[in-house]
Amino acid sequence: MLELKNISFQVDAEGKDKEIIRNISLTIPDRKLVVVTGPNGGGKSTLAKLIAGIEKPTGGRIFFNGEDITELGVTERAQKGIAYAFQQPVRFKGIRVLDLIRIAAGKTLSISDACEYLSAVGMCARDYVDREVNASLSGGELKRIEIATVLARKAVLSVFDEPEAGIDLWSFRNLTEVFQQMREDIHDSSILIISHQERILEIADEIIVLKDGQVEKQGTRNEVYPNLMINEKAAVCEGPFKMTAKEGTEC
Amino acid sequence: MLKLDEIQKRLLREVADLHGVPEGAYNIRSNSASAGRQSTANIEIVPKEEVSGLEIRIKPGTKNESVHIPVVMTQSGLKEVVYNDFFIGEGADVVIVAGCGIDNCGNQDSQHDGIHRFYVGKNARIRYVEKHYGSGTGSGKRILNPGTEVYMEEGSYAEMEMVQIKGVDDTERTTTAELAAGAKLVVRERLMTHGDQRAISNYVVNLNGEGSSADVVSRSVARDHSFQKFDAKIAGNAACHGHTECDSIIMDEGRILAVPALEANNVDAELVHEAAIGKIAGEQLIKLMSLGLTAAEAEEQIINGFLQ
Repeated sequence: MLELKNISFQVDAEGKDKEIIRNISLTIPDRKLVVVTGPNGGGKSTLAKLIAGIEKPTGGRIFFNGEDITELGVTERAQKGIAYAFQQPVRFKGIRVLDLIRIAAGKTLSISDACEYLSAVGMCARDYVDREVNASLSGGELKRIEIATVLARKAVLSVFDEPEAGIDLWSFRNLTEVFQQMREDIHDSSILIISHQERILEIADEIIVLKDGQVEKQGTRNEVYPNLMINEKAAVCEGPFKMTAKEGTEC
Repeated sequence: MLKLDEIQKRLLREVADLHGVPEGAYNIRSNSASAGRQSTANIEIVPKEEVSGLEIRIKPGTKNESVHIPVVMTQSGLKEVVYNDFFIGEGADVVIVAGCGIDNCGNQDSQHDGIHRFYVGKNARIRYVEKHYGSGTGSGKRILNPGTEVYMEEGSYAEMEMVQIKGVDDTERTTTAELAAGAKLVVRERLMTHGDQRAISNYVVNLNGEGSSADVVSRSVARDHSFQKFDAKIAGNAACHGHTECDSIIMDEGRILAVPALEANNVDAELVHEAAIGKIAGEQLIKLMSLGLTAAEAEEQIINGFLQ
């Protein structure tokens, strides 16, 4: 279980303090799939980075399974069972897909075991395991590899920052299955997804709407989803691919 | 019979992946003397008379054979210049493994300057691997100054892998190549310098024949207070393709000077150069740390991959 208590995050913007996250308190319970949504610039990605330890809050405390992890770095949080999928996957010269999955798994996986993670994200594993994670891969391929590395971690808490961005509709349908499967495979795990996509909102147990650095709404899918205001849905449509999940219609 | 001590055996493993006597033709040079030599029916290794070094003659049409000519030095204060000439016959296809390992536990400098000349015959193919390695705790420097000259006849192909990852204090490498029509040269240099090491790499490649091409790529890492200079010039004197690339990571107080140069002397010459120097991207470290590695482990993975 992850608890954020009175978390704030300020940055210095042109000599003025800018509040990206304003005094947020929330809980991500075990065995739940929580989706954080809301307009762009609302602080969603920052929230994910604060949880992964990439950014340090300027106020408040973060607890993971009861332990105060506020002062812990990225590595220590990862070792305690927090996984984080980047919105913009990182490229590496010379590091192969197989190497990255093995690092993620924390052990020497057989090639066929590593391939399973690639197959899970809809990639023809044989064609990719030996490829370098470099600029020769497309944005969509890198994004799927990014998700595969998080699957391989088998983490207690997995955080995905806009996993659907750059993934085409066909594999996007499989993506929701990936999350469902993760919940079944990893005992007592919870998943936090930052997303604009209705199809992902539809599989959420809980939805948090983040706006202007504050929690505007939080509740079960049935409580929050039907009440997402039309204008918020419009804002949701300003995602990178300007489409809703429903049959990929343009916004 | 080869008589090598444990340090010499270790050096041989580092520079030539040799765990014993190699297959095929070889000459193992240890502390300025031959510790073992073997020619084959197709590959003849003969010592030079006027100067120190070897003549290696590979018969035309020789296929799937290899030549190993590693050098190991364990005596502090040894300085030598060695001239090795390779004559690769028409249509041959061979692997040549050179390399030099110096273990210097003394306080005098040890230096090996290997001058290698390759005469690559018509339509012949070679793959040349040269690894440099230094070890030992003495204050004496380990110095290697390789000079490589490559003369490529029509339709020939040479792939040269030059690796220096550890322990060499001072290097000045000079590589020149002359390519006739349809010849292709591929160079892959990998370099890492530590401490106060200095490594200079100079390349001059002349694409003289129509349809000749060269691809010279260096990947390097400069750590601590080390300095590297990569100076690569490709001259296009005919309708040809040339590409040179220097891709470097700097760390600590390391310094790198990249001087890629192109000279087009023919309107149909197509020449490209790329050079990039920078520290390890912060997001690369964070990604690997988010997979559970420490910052130091992440750095090691990134460098190992980069220098693959």
